[in-house]
Amino acid sequence: MPWIDACSTDDIDEEDLIRWDHGAQTFAIYHSPEGEFFATAGLCSHENVHLCDGLVMGHLIECPKHNGQFDYRTGEAMRAPVCVNLKVFPVKVEAGRVFVEVA
Amino acid sequence: MSKRDYSLFGADAKRAVESGLTAAEWYHTEVPRKVMKDLMARSDRPAIRDTIILYGSMILFAGIGIALWPSWWSAPFWLAYGVLYGSASDSRWHECGHGTAFKTPWMNNWVYEIASFMIMRNSATWRWSHARHHSETYLVGRDPEIAVMRPPEVAKLILNFFGIIDVIKFFPNLIQNALSGPTAAEKTFVPQSDWGKVQKVGIICVAIYAVTLIAAISWGSILPLMVIGLPRMYGAWHHVMTGLLQHGGLADNVIDHRLNSRTVYMNPISRFIYWNMNYHVEHHMFPMVPYHALPRLHEVIKDDLPPPNRSIGEAFAEMWPAIKRQVLNEDYFIRRDLPPTAKPYREDFHQYVPGMMHPGDAE
Ligand code: FES
Repeated sequence: MPWIDACSTDDIDEEDLIRWDHGAQTFAIYHSPEGEFFATAGLCSHENVHLCDGLVMGHLIECPKHNGQFDYRTGEAMRAPVCVNLKVFPVKVEAGRVFVEVA
Repeated sequence: MSKRDYSLFGADAKRAVESGLTAAEWYHTEVPRKVMKDLMARSDRPAIRDTIILYGSMILFAGIGIALWPSWWSAPFWLAYGVLYGSASDSRWHECGHGTAFKTPWMNNWVYEIASFMIMRNSATWRWSHARHHSETYLVGRDPEIAVMRPPEVAKLILNFFGIIDVIKFFPNLIQNALSGPTAAEKTFVPQSDWGKVQKVGIICVAIYAVTLIAAISWGSILPLMVIGLPRMYGAWHHVMTGLLQHGGLADNVIDHRLNSRTVYMNPISRFIYWNMNYHVEHHMFPMVPYHALPRLHEVIKDDLPPPNRSIGEAFAEMWPAIKRQVLNEDYFIRRDLPPTAKPYREDFHQYVPGMMHPGDAE
């Protein structure tokens, strides 16, 4: 799978996320409070709402529509109304750039 | 004049899906990300303070009511207890259901369960119905929480100020939940993974009401029911009053909360009971903002919203005549003007809403 240069590490505040679109796919890229980066599918598994307007709290992303929550490190659905896990994508950081391995 | 079908399996439900209404993106005011992050930030403090005041007052009022029972001197204390039990529990159920009241999840969950019991809603069912209310607010046949269906049945609305219709509906539903899990309609929005939970909650609630009833019968007194159950009726008026104002008399089948929701300035006691849900356009547009930050959100976006009603009385004076007109003409609704600073309503989104393009045509 190709590693794609998605953004700079400075593009995302700590404990926040951004939207990143690549081809026909849309992703959410997260900057954790520990300074690590993660990527998940961009749309909530409940109703296709983009997570980019959501709230990052620690390792959770809360969806802006119905407050469903996922652990963005594993994609695990943590709080109703979400029950289907999010797809996660490997991430690496090189020279201040965030790379996502897209499937 | 169209005839609305509110059934979750009916023609309007089908039409909402086929027309793309259910999948449409709702309007929301642009708010800079940093400002929004600050508004969304969670905190335990305001909700802990309010919860101590709420439950402390309930214990105090019920205690005095019991001590003075059966004298009429106990009545004002029951009325105060009742409004906290039968109305404040509605807003606690709502805000904790969103998970925004407290920062700590177990606190949200506990208050949610207690409030669900008091307001007589199965906690495992209503979490899901409220999600639908937010995705598809006042879309006919899709939103299971439409308080004023058109044409409005005014007598039923008035009876509900005493919780009568809600309570009559609640118990058969609860018994059905306890015996066999969710009803057919509930199964349209509760995922199968939670059907067992719906039944479990049903059994627990039936057990609590049965014990209360047995106590009342064996003591030969309604006092146990004054504490558990009846306050959902004699204290319901406040949440019905504020609940009607949320969307009553406004548009349905639109995808802009400025057209179907109402913000009303209220006195501090009502705001405590209602937990700031008087900022209802703001809440629907940004459900992640906790109740304690809604006044701040209002300041940020108010120039993009219709002017709020200045009081409960003024809001009723606007809404009640509209509800009465809807009795004869169910397509009638109030379309509020936007200030010049606001982005206009997207008429192209709402062409199929009777009266939307040319207000007055619907009459
Ligand atoms: S769309 Fe994400 S929780 Fe409903």
